[in-house]
Amino acid sequence: MPQTTDQTPGQASGRPAAAPAAEAAAPAASARHALTATGLSLGYDGARIVDDLTLAIEPGAITVIVGANASGKSTLLRGLARLLPPQAGTVTLDGRDIAGLPSRQVATIVGLLPQQPIAPEGIGVADLVGRGRYPYQGWFRHWSSTDDAIVAEAMAATQTLELASRRMEELSGGQRQRVWIAMALAQNPDILLLDEPTTFLDVTHQVEVLDLLHELNHDQGTTVVMVLHDLNLAARYADRLVVMRQGKIIAEGAPAEVLTEAVVLEAFGLTARIVPDPVCGSPLVVPIGRFHGTA
Amino acid sequence: MSAAVASATRPAADAAPLALARTLRHRRERRIVMVLTTLVLVVAAVSLMVGAYNLSVPDLLRTLVGQGSSSENFIVFKLRLPRLTLAILVGVAFAVSGALFQTVLRNPLASPDIIGVTGGASAAAVFGMLVLGLGSVATSVMAFAGAMVVAAAIYLLAWHGGVVGYRFVLIGVGVAFMVQGLLGYLLSRADLRNAQDALTWLVGSVSGARWPEIAVLAGFLAVLLPAVAVLAGRMRMLQLGDDTASSLGVRAERSRLALLMAAVALAALATAFVGPLAFIAFVSAPIARRLVGTGSLALVPAALIGVLITTVADFTAQHLLPGSLELPAGIITGAIGAPYLLWLLATQNRIGKGA
Repeated sequence: MPQTTDQTPGQASGRPAAAPAAEAAAPAASARHALTATGLSLGYDGARIVDDLTLAIEPGAITVIVGANASGKSTLLRGLARLLPPQAGTVTLDGRDIAGLPSRQVATIVGLLPQQPIAPEGIGVADLVGRGRYPYQGWFRHWSSTDDAIVAEAMAATQTLELASRRMEELSGGQRQRVWIAMALAQNPDILLLDEPTTFLDVTHQVEVLDLLHELNHDQGTTVVMVLHDLNLAARYADRLVVMRQGKIIAEGAPAEVLTEAVVLEAFGLTARIVPDPVCGSPLVVPIGRFHGTA
Repeated sequence: MSAAVASATRPAADAAPLALARTLRHRRERRIVMVLTTLVLVVAAVSLMVGAYNLSVPDLLRTLVGQGSSSENFIVFKLRLPRLTLAILVGVAFAVSGALFQTVLRNPLASPDIIGVTGGASAAAVFGMLVLGLGSVATSVMAFAGAMVVAAAIYLLAWHGGVVGYRFVLIGVGVAFMVQGLLGYLLSRADLRNAQDALTWLVGSVSGARWPEIAVLAGFLAVLLPAVAVLAGRMRMLQLGDDTASSLGVRAERSRLALLMAAVALAALATAFVGPLAFIAFVSAPIARRLVGTGSLALVPAALIGVLITTVADFTAQHLLPGSLELPAGIITGAIGAPYLLWLLATQNRIGKGA
């Protein structure tokens, strides 16, 4: 596959190094799965929100979906996670229609963190993260020390292990979001979808959450697909950027190629200057507005 | 890269905090269950002992092991024990039904007595009594069917590419008003004496319990409660919202339908046997969950609270109110539930918050 050729040396050497540690807890993470939308149309009540869209999620990469409000970003994510049945087209996982696969089996490969997940009143952190193990449990497969090890691993990675005995409502917004991500990690999905994981967080915690996802992608090779509002953070953290407008993809590819002044104008109706990010060289969108930047 | 190196050298995470959190959580729920069980046993013993003819503890124990006099046997096995057993069974049925409704629809107001399910049973039963002139067994069958029909109607009306909790509740409240109107019409058209019987049924009472009926109810519960236990895992995921539940591999809509069917059947059954005992379904699970306080489904504690409310209400109605008038238990449960409803409406400003 082409994406293996353009990885940085650090990535390539990082994965085998992390593998033995992950082996005991997370044997499934090594497999690469392909999630693809073909001619996908999605909507509610006949209204079409995503229109005839085709997108192949690159395995092992971080894909960030951006676009103006109501451009269909979250709807697309819900469609990819088979939370919304297609009006037309298909979503396939490794070439098979996701709608026809057993839902628990899909859940061991694709996980979704909704924008506003609901925590039952009074629930403890450890209990909540543990619920991420649901797809692996069944009639003959009850809670085991393997589940404990995976949950502990997920909580350690998100620095929530020390919160294990606390209740969700006692936590700050940033802590809570880390707990939800821990739950998604406990699910041990190869492909993790996140709907605006940084909303309601201050900028420090936004960066913290994105660093965590970056680390997860690099260490475990988890494919990450997320919707983000902040274009600059999107450009910095994405391997691939998907720009949506009115239910369609208008640009897709590496952030440096995709995020141009023309694309920003088309997607957001915003006149902006694009300069290199002084921290890492990714494109930085500087909005112009009506009163500044006469140049 | 440094991140990868850090992860490779990170020691395997210690699962001890998880075990500790789990132990504390389970211990708390177990403790609540033990306390509630003890209270239920005490109330049960007192209801078997106290009455027009009082039995002492040794009398009761002797009678229970088959060594009682014929009058003691009659009092315990023909009068008090059937009544107590019926109260326990319907307490469980109402409480579990309410817990299912409130969890699955994620709304503390979603309870069969608020959203018209028991109301549907009542209207059908009263129609059977007053218009068709049915006997008690046929009336029970009518009540059961009425609850089922009303619940199906609410589900279909609330269906909108899926069922959303608040829609279901709002339509249910509307339906509840409609069946109240129908009840009023039926009662106003009825002969006074028949209307009196119907009104008594409408308050709900566990008096006049007989073993054959109790066996039928117990048989149904022996099927329904294990079914609920099987579905409980899915319900724990639905507590997290449909999206999270679905992404964890639960078919949300299908699971919700199955759980609602079990909940409706439980409420319909209980209503068919004792009438619409007010508010037990509504208050039991919230009280139990507040006591346990761990985000657990708390089905067993909820069932025990339901039993406790039903048995205490029946005891109060029989023995503790002034005057020689023996009241139906439904009056007492209504008197408990109504203030709770007011409190809930006054304090709950976030619709859709889980019960």
